[in-house]
Amino acid sequence: MKNISAGQDIDLRVNLGGILMNNPVAVASGTFGYGREYEDYIDIAGLGAVIVKGTTLEPRHGNPPPRIIETAAGMLNAIGLENPGVDVFVNQYLPYLFEKKVTVIANIAGNTIEEYATIAARLEGCQGIAGIELNISCPNVKQGGLQFGTDPVMVKNVVQAVKAETSLPVMPKLSPNVTNIVEIALAAQEGGADALSMINTLMGMAVDVRTRKPVLANIFGGLSGPAIKPVALRMIYQVYREVDIPILGGGGIMNATDALEFIMVGAAAVSIGTGNFVNPQMAGDILAELYYYMQENDMKSLNEIVGIAVQK
Amino acid sequence: MPIMEKGLVINHQQLAQDMYVMEFLAPSIAKECKPGQFLHVRPGNTNDPLLRRPLSLYDVDQEKGSISLLYRVVGKGTDLLTGLKVNDYIDIMGPLGRGFSLPESPKNALLVGGGVGIAPLVYLGRVLKERECQVTVMCGAANAGQLVVDDKFQQLDITFLSATIDGSAGYKGLVTDLLVTQVKPGGFDIIYTCGPEPMMDLVALYAAIHHIWGEVSLEEHMACGVGACLGCARRLKASDETYAKVCKDGPVFNMKEVEF
Ligand SMILES: Cc1cc2nc3c(=O)[nH]c(=O)nc-3n(C[C@H](O)[C@H](O)[C@H](O)COP(=O)(O)OP(=O)(O)OC[C@H]3O[C@@H](n4cnc5c(N)ncnc54)[C@H](O)[C@@H]3O)c2cc1C
Ligand SMILES: Cc1cc2nc3c(=O)[nH]c(=O)nc-3n(C[C@H](O)[C@H](O)[C@H](O)COP(=O)(O)O)c2cc1C
Ligand code: FES
Repeated sequence: MKNISAGQDIDLRVNLGGILMNNPVAVASGTFGYGREYEDYIDIAGLGAVIVKGTTLEPRHGNPPPRIIETAAGMLNAIGLENPGVDVFVNQYLPYLFEKKVTVIANIAGNTIEEYATIAARLEGCQGIAGIELNISCPNVKQGGLQFGTDPVMVKNVVQAVKAETSLPVMPKLSPNVTNIVEIALAAQEGGADALSMINTLMGMAVDVRTRKPVLANIFGGLSGPAIKPVALRMIYQVYREVDIPILGGGGIMNATDALEFIMVGAAAVSIGTGNFVNPQMAGDILAELYYYMQENDMKSLNEIVGIAVQK
Repeated sequence: MPIMEKGLVINHQQLAQDMYVMEFLAPSIAKECKPGQFLHVRPGNTNDPLLRRPLSLYDVDQEKGSISLLYRVVGKGTDLLTGLKVNDYIDIMGPLGRGFSLPESPKNALLVGGGVGIAPLVYLGRVLKERECQVTVMCGAANAGQLVVDDKFQQLDITFLSATIDGSAGYKGLVTDLLVTQVKPGGFDIIYTCGPEPMMDLVALYAAIHHIWGEVSLEEHMACGVGACLGCARRLKASDETYAKVCKDGPVFNMKEVEF
């Protein structure tokens, strides 16, 4: 992959609101662990970015099983943000990734605005983080458990609070479980977001007709994979028209054609999530195919086609 | 080191109504394999079914560079696998997970399998024999037709006892009844088991009562298979706060670590 980005005229680098990526293909949070899990299969330093598993302030044990179930062209997950907490992330996982020169985007989640801000402060000054992705699909315990990502005021406040604690680029990850995605995107931008990540999983469920119960112990789970691609494309299209900050697009990407669709509706870079489970080398394969596409189409930069399908 | 490989199918046979065995050449993976590990198999190349399916190493021929899988058709993915023909390629990743612990010196080992849970015990039996262990296998199945692996054990010179629910072969009843009522305890140093959880539960109880060291192989739904997604979580003991990852910490666990 590295030799690809060293190509003659073609420039694959992406500046995602200050997050500097060597190429436009990242791997999505929660689908790639801390990178190391996939090292046997792919050169993780060659990825545009590794967005690591969501980090909370304190360790979390996660939800009881079953946590996942396959659905038509997709899967539901209710992991429950199992993670060892921000201190373990900083002390045990980050140094290795830094040493390996991996472009790391931290992904943070909290139950209160203060928690988000505290985690951001804890990451400040740590070597090897290119940016912070804010998972705002979390319940705000001080607001009766309403998801941060579903209320424009909370979105703006949480982005502002995190921005105040960090010098890193901040990229809220929008939840698709809203009626008006543009309103949320604009609120994030107003709060000072440097980029947007779109989309997180769609809330869904599955039922086991034999036991007559929901399959997931958590009842509801997040739908990901090819099944959600049309929804992701539609939302990015709508948001791209209204915001001035770059978008990291993802949701069901399985090949370079999918990635191009995202780019053409306005994504400056893409993320591969569930696809990694199917083919751990998918991100590398997609990058190679994007490169050939650019060669064939005489392109120097993907910027030439970002948002090209969008009628402004 | 686990890798991805395209295995070239060299043999694929239906053994019973819903049971198949498939052998393919995958020399790079084959040389890394240990009993109890599994492969993550992509059943097709379209988006539905999407995820890979975990299947145990049923047998491995390191010299030939081939791996065999024994699988039961239970849904979309395993149904698609039946369509693979000789000279087709199968998309596999592995070997994954922590396999069975192998004794340093020759031991008297008992292997208890139920249904398709017998699969990993065949490769285990082969390797134990190579290590000059005495091996006895007990296998439970619904009926004689489902007892698909007895000739494998014969070839390996392993004592094979069977139990069928309908009595059409071997002992009539559950394999655990066979174990408890027909077998003299004390003879075995090690027990390995794989199969339905109620069966493994009883086997573990038997091992505990007779102070025999043992291991179980667990199943959980998996997405990544490599410890990245945390989808295969399992609380080993009811009192545990944390979850184990069946794909990475297992699928094989010490019997003492697990409550059923
Ligand atoms: C470590 C391990 C080793 C296994 N070894 C064997 C083996 O050697 N032979 C064999 O026949 N079966 C084995 N299984 C079970 C096998 O993985 C499932 O039967 C298979 O995934 C079913 O897929 P399907 O598409 O046919 O069924 P579906 O029910 O359509 O599958 C839907 C989803 O559920 C998952 N799933 C369904 N049943 C199971 C299960 N019992 N365990 C894990 N995931 C499941 C599938 O992987 C898929 O993601 C093993 C499971 C594990 C975890
Ligand atoms: C098993 C699993 C775990 C996930 N964990 C997180 C997480 O911790 N934080 C987060 O922001 N998104 C998480 N996601 C969402 C993904 O990062 C991604 O946004 C989503 O799956 C859609 O993309 P995809 O269809 O390519 O998978 C997770 C997704 C899956 C499937
Ligand atoms: S299947 Fe992903 S962690 Fe085990």
